[in-house]
Amino acid sequence: MDRHSRHGLSAVFLLAALSAGAHAADLRAPDSFAAIADRSERSRALFVEAGKVIEHPRCLNCHPVGERPTQGTDMHPHSPLVMRGADDKGAVGMRCTTCHQAANFEASGVPGHPLWHVAPASMAWQTRSLAQICEQIKDPGRNGGKTLAQIQEHMAHDSLVGWGWRPGGQREPAPGTQAQFGALIAAWIDTGAACPR
Amino acid sequence: MSISITVNGQRRDLDVDAATPLLWVVRDDLGLTGTKYGCGIAQCGACTVHVDGEPLRSCSAPVSAVVGRQVTTIEGLSSKAAKAVQKAWVELDVVQCGYCQSGQIMSATALLEKIPKPSDTDIDHAMAGNLCRCATYHRIRAAIHAAAATLA
Repeated sequence: MDRHSRHGLSAVFLLAALSAGAHAADLRAPDSFAAIADRSERSRALFVEAGKVIEHPRCLNCHPVGERPTQGTDMHPHSPLVMRGADDKGAVGMRCTTCHQAANFEASGVPGHPLWHVAPASMAWQTRSLAQICEQIKDPGRNGGKTLAQIQEHMAHDSLVGWGWRPGGQREPAPGTQAQFGALIAAWIDTGAACPR
Repeated sequence: MSISITVNGQRRDLDVDAATPLLWVVRDDLGLTGTKYGCGIAQCGACTVHVDGEPLRSCSAPVSAVVGRQVTTIEGLSSKAAKAVQKAWVELDVVQCGYCQSGQIMSATALLEKIPKPSDTDIDHAMAGNLCRCATYHRIRAAIHAAAATLA
C-alpha cells in the first residue's frame, strides 16, 4: 500500500463516522416525563433515561473496575494491555499518549482527545447497577468532590465526555447528543436527584 | 504544506500534509529507516519513537502533533540508559529476526529513563505494547534487568 492509498483509508473512516452519527432521536426529552406526577418517580425515570448514555459501552469502557480499561461495543479488554497507572493516564513507559493523540486519528483508526485518560477508580461503573452508579455519582467522596451542579456541568459540557458522541471511525456513538444528556441530568437534579431503586 | 519539526536534535523543514503519520515522515521524507512499519494501527510497537522523552507510536500520530517537540528515533538514541540498553542487547544476543527490536529498544530505554531499577511488573506494563514474533521476550526482560544493573 503506498502512502497516498493509505491516506485514502481516511475517507472510508470519515464516511463511516458520518453514517454512524445520527442518534439524536435515541434519548427522550425531559418534557416527555411530565406526565409522571410523583416528583421522585419522575426523577428516577429521568435518571434511567440518562442511564442509556451512562451504561453505553462508549462511556463504560473508560470507567473500569480495576486497573485495565475495556474497548469496543463488546467491552473486550483493551488491546494492547494497558494499566491505569498512578495518575489514570497509563503506566510508566506505556502512557495513554503513547498511542492516543489529541484527536481521533483516521490513518491508524486510534481515537484521541487532549485529556485522554481512564476515570479514577472511585468512579468505576462497570459491573455496577444503575442504582449503584447513581448513588456513586451523587457521593462527593467518590465523584471527585463535585456538587450536583458541577456534575451537571461535567456531563453537559466536559469535552472528554463529549468524545462519546464523536468517537470517530466506525465506533457507535453514545445515544442522543451531549446536550440532550445534559438536559436530562439537569431535569433529574431539578426533581430531587432521586436514584433508581 | 510547509511544516518544521525537530528530529534527533536537528530542525527539519518539510513539505507534507499535516495529517501524514509521523512514521512516514521519519522513514520516507527523512530517510531514517531504523523505525519500522509493523501494523499501522498502534498494536505492535515497531514504530516507537520518543517525543519529549516519552515513547510514541509514530504510525498513530500526525506529524503536526510533534511540532515544537523533540523527536528522537533509534538513530538518535544516545542517553546513558540508551547506551546501557544497547550494550545489554548485544551481550545477551537478544535479537532474532530483529524487525521489532528498534521499537523494543525505544520502549526499554524510555522505561529505564523513568525507572532505573524496574521490577518484572514494571517491565511487563511498559513493554506490553511491543510485540515480538520471534518471542524473544525472555531475553528482552533479561537485557532490561542487565542494563538496569549497570545504571547507578
